[in-house]
Amino acid sequence: MDGAFVGTTFWRLMAALPLTLEVWFLSVVLGGLIAAGVVWMRVGGSKPLEILARAYVALFRGTPLLIQLFIVYYGLASLPAVRHSLFWPILREPFNCGVLALGLCTAGYQAEIFRGALLAVPHGAVEAARACGMSRLLLFRRIVFPIALRAGLPAYSTEMISMVKATALVSLITLWDVMSVALKIRNDTLVTYLPLILAGAIYFTVNYILGAAFLSLERRLSPHLRPRPS
Amino acid sequence: MPAPTTALAVKDMRKRFGALEVLKGISLTANDGDVISILGSSGSGKSTFLRCINLLETPDAGEVTVAGELIKMRRRADGTAEPAERRQVDRIRSELGMVFQNFNLWSHLTVLENLIEAPVHVQKRPRAECVDEAKALLAKVGIADKWSYYPAHLSGGQQQRAAIARALAMRPKVMLFDEPTSALDPELVGEVLRVMRALADEGRTMLVVTHEMGFARDVSTRVMFLHQGLVEAEGEPDALFSGATSERFRQFISKERG
Repeated sequence: MDGAFVGTTFWRLMAALPLTLEVWFLSVVLGGLIAAGVVWMRVGGSKPLEILARAYVALFRGTPLLIQLFIVYYGLASLPAVRHSLFWPILREPFNCGVLALGLCTAGYQAEIFRGALLAVPHGAVEAARACGMSRLLLFRRIVFPIALRAGLPAYSTEMISMVKATALVSLITLWDVMSVALKIRNDTLVTYLPLILAGAIYFTVNYILGAAFLSLERRLSPHLRPRPS
Repeated sequence: MPAPTTALAVKDMRKRFGALEVLKGISLTANDGDVISILGSSGSGKSTFLRCINLLETPDAGEVTVAGELIKMRRRADGTAEPAERRQVDRIRSELGMVFQNFNLWSHLTVLENLIEAPVHVQKRPRAECVDEAKALLAKVGIADKWSYYPAHLSGGQQQRAAIARALAMRPKVMLFDEPTSALDPELVGEVLRVMRALADEGRTMLVVTHEMGFARDVSTRVMFLHQGLVEAEGEPDALFSGATSERFRQFISKERG
């Protein structure tokens, strides 16, 4: 093993990083949208919808992501109904299956984070806003959402970091992300540790930056938690 | 002298929580400039009465009229009452300034932002005008230098004074105070009462649910004493506190004095 091999391995892994980030970004955005719907069902006041939302969270948090991924990728494709449906052009692509499975899964977690954040909004703050004559929409936009955002951010950043690591599973459905390139190099060269360690370092760096970004956002949004100005 | 105009009128208000009937028909008329203290032991329904006026609780029956405008109510299919027009309720709420026991300032906004939030976003007044007015109000309640602070950085007394200024920033027709000093340390009560006294002196119309007997006797123009959801005694403070009107009220004030 020489310096040149380290260099080529590193750059081959880096070339796969955009795909990893794309899967991550699209799945957390998709998951966020689904989670918003799930949380709306969960706290909206309708019992049947609430049960449905609880079932969703239980299902996607309670089963391995790998199983969910394989069901979306292999399972759905084996159903003739799916193959002949409108969605087949989308579900035919492993990339879309990866984003969908990851998105469905993170939605279960994000929904619970959103719900916790909403519960953290003090009742008195809501009451004061109602007493001022705020409409429901204004109340949500100006009071509930900003307070919930601040309350939910730490847990949300953990979920975002978790999802970066979870993208490594898409290496099992033929996508060329960082993980699958590392496995490929390992197979081809029989050098075990180097590609895995470099891939790990890349994931670590991405998550380190992500964590720092969330922390700085949190600090910026929460001047009220800093010490009293002197 | 011209006849005083009615700022707020409540007619035969009733409210029950499940089997418990909290308000059994309470009426009240506040003219412009009236300061009405609402007294009563815990469970007498005084806070619920105040909260039913701006519909933080929905009264089961009764009429509320603010500056001549009746809040329209209707009955749901199951017989419970609800406001007929949400927008009317929102508008009338913006004419009633509410001060809470626990201040209920918005923690993510500075004191100044707390003050201008509703004037700018609910009343849609120009921001610069609201800021000027807010700063003047903060000076009036004695915390002009704290405008850029967050609520968490203020003492309880300062927070309550900021909350009073926030309510005033809406230019309300009537101020509603729900036990404004009950959550404060004893040494901080005075600064809040001083602000309320100043508001009374400038002729504000105020409804004050309180345990502060001194304030009720010295500042209010009228006192209403609730007992088990009914008005047990009502009148000018001098007459009421002399003890001639109601035996129950006499017992109540002797207990409150400890």
